[in-house]
Amino acid sequence: MNSVALVGHQVRYEQKTYWRNPQSAFFTFAFPIMFLVIFASLNKGQRIKDLGNISFNQYYIPAIIAFGVMSACYSSLAIGLTNRRESGVLKRLRGTPLPAWTYFSGLLASSVVVCVLLTAITVTVGVLFYNVSAPHHLLPLFVALVLGAVTFSALGVAVSALTPNADAAPAIVQFPFFALAFISGTFFPTPKGSFIAHLAAYFPLVHFTNAVFAPFNPLQRGTGFVAHDLEVLALWAVGSTFVAVRWFRWEPRR
Amino acid sequence: MRDLRKSYGDVVAVRGVDFTVSAGEVFALLGPNGAGKTTTLEILEGFRERTSGEVAVLGVDPARGGRALRERLGIVLQDTAVDPFLTVREVLTRNAGYYPRPRPVLEVIDLVGLGEKAEQRVQKLSGGQQRRLDVALGIVGNPELVFLDEPTTGFDPSARRSAWELVRGLIDGGTTIVLTTHYMDEAQALADRVAVIAGGQIVAAGTPETIGGRDTAAVRIRFRLPPGRSAQDIPLLAEAGPDGEVRLHTEDEVRDLHTLTGWALEAGIELDGLTVDRPSLEDVYLELVAGPDDEPAAVTR
Repeated sequence: MNSVALVGHQVRYEQKTYWRNPQSAFFTFAFPIMFLVIFASLNKGQRIKDLGNISFNQYYIPAIIAFGVMSACYSSLAIGLTNRRESGVLKRLRGTPLPAWTYFSGLLASSVVVCVLLTAITVTVGVLFYNVSAPHHLLPLFVALVLGAVTFSALGVAVSALTPNADAAPAIVQFPFFALAFISGTFFPTPKGSFIAHLAAYFPLVHFTNAVFAPFNPLQRGTGFVAHDLEVLALWAVGSTFVAVRWFRWEPRR
Repeated sequence: MRDLRKSYGDVVAVRGVDFTVSAGEVFALLGPNGAGKTTTLEILEGFRERTSGEVAVLGVDPARGGRALRERLGIVLQDTAVDPFLTVREVLTRNAGYYPRPRPVLEVIDLVGLGEKAEQRVQKLSGGQQRRLDVALGIVGNPELVFLDEPTTGFDPSARRSAWELVRGLIDGGTTIVLTTHYMDEAQALADRVAVIAGGQIVAAGTPETIGGRDTAAVRIRFRLPPGRSAQDIPLLAEAGPDGEVRLHTEDEVRDLHTLTGWALEAGIELDGLTVDRPSLEDVYLELVAGPDDEPAAVTR
């Protein structure tokens, strides 16, 4: 099998595993969709003053896409890889000829498939039921999604490398994630200039949310690219990749 | 492998191990827990770097072998680990895709006796079935050399027998096998050659028949005397064990047995449980492992 075919081969089995694993299918896929329905319904008809009085859901749909991508990449990889490492599955894999980069490419591509599905469902639901207008620029949306998937996948691998055992994984992974979602304006925009907004700006989620929101923002002029936010995301991608490469282990910690 | 050494900090796990395994041979590393078996094996498999010494696996240094070497190896680790959400057939089909010339998946499934479980998810298999799947994953790449680290630990006797049959099937196919075990009977049933490892060193090596001088060791004669008789009454040098069994060791078993039975017949005594044998592999092993240096230093996890 050539390298590309082998990555495809991996994606096929990663996908089967993803959908059959209740932990990933439920917590990382069904969760964002549940939030979407609850918050979009609660805030239907509301407007956001800070963002030029656009409808709440025109903001919330992109925000939940960003949340979903982080969930499908970061949470699912951080918890999944820790489990695989501690149960010995990764060590077993290391004894086969499968190259490490093929394995990680397969994981990343499989996460992208989930992200694309989540995004498609979220946008469709938003347009059909919550009066959201479709994104006016597709390329910036696509670029933001791919960069987000790469960044949060790398972050997931990095966090799994620093997580000592499988029992601790859900707490170590999910607690900061939810805290981050609240301060990064996933559920309601954070007031500009506030302490919380300053704090959130050090982390990648608010920038990713901005980058996904821009192509949906009816008041946004220009290309739909937000250079500053993409730069911060790229920085996090590089930093996470460094940590992942430096500290990733194939064998259980005992 | 020549003069292999491995230390973890101050702890020396392997202190100078030498052995050579020829193509098509079955080689067993026998030893108690913590003797250095797994450390030695994991260096051969490429999981661990050695501290010093020379190692070649299929002519290649396993620390630098990479993908090309792993395409020719089958590795079955001590702990079973398979993705729980895939079926037996899916896991094997996936892993078969990693190798240039894999064996047919269904053939491998039948070989390990999981034919009826092919469409079952791994998480629904019993422990023994998962272990068999583990072995199947080790051989699906059609390897030239298979490493089996304690393949039957925790098996019930009948499961062990069928695992042995499986390994014998591989042997017939010409695969070279290096296995570790702490069961003597397993080494005896499968191996062409055995090395006993204790305290990080090989303390004896040879075929299961000759190891530790088994073939030339003194013959043992054992029996029980009726009440009122003691070992001193016998016209031979014998001693009674704490359990009342009388033992004597001899280089001239025909003559001594004649003397003993002649004495018993004349005195009208029955020799209960009369047994004549050479030390079993297990006896040899226990003696070797107990050896003079009971150093607690060698610990492998």
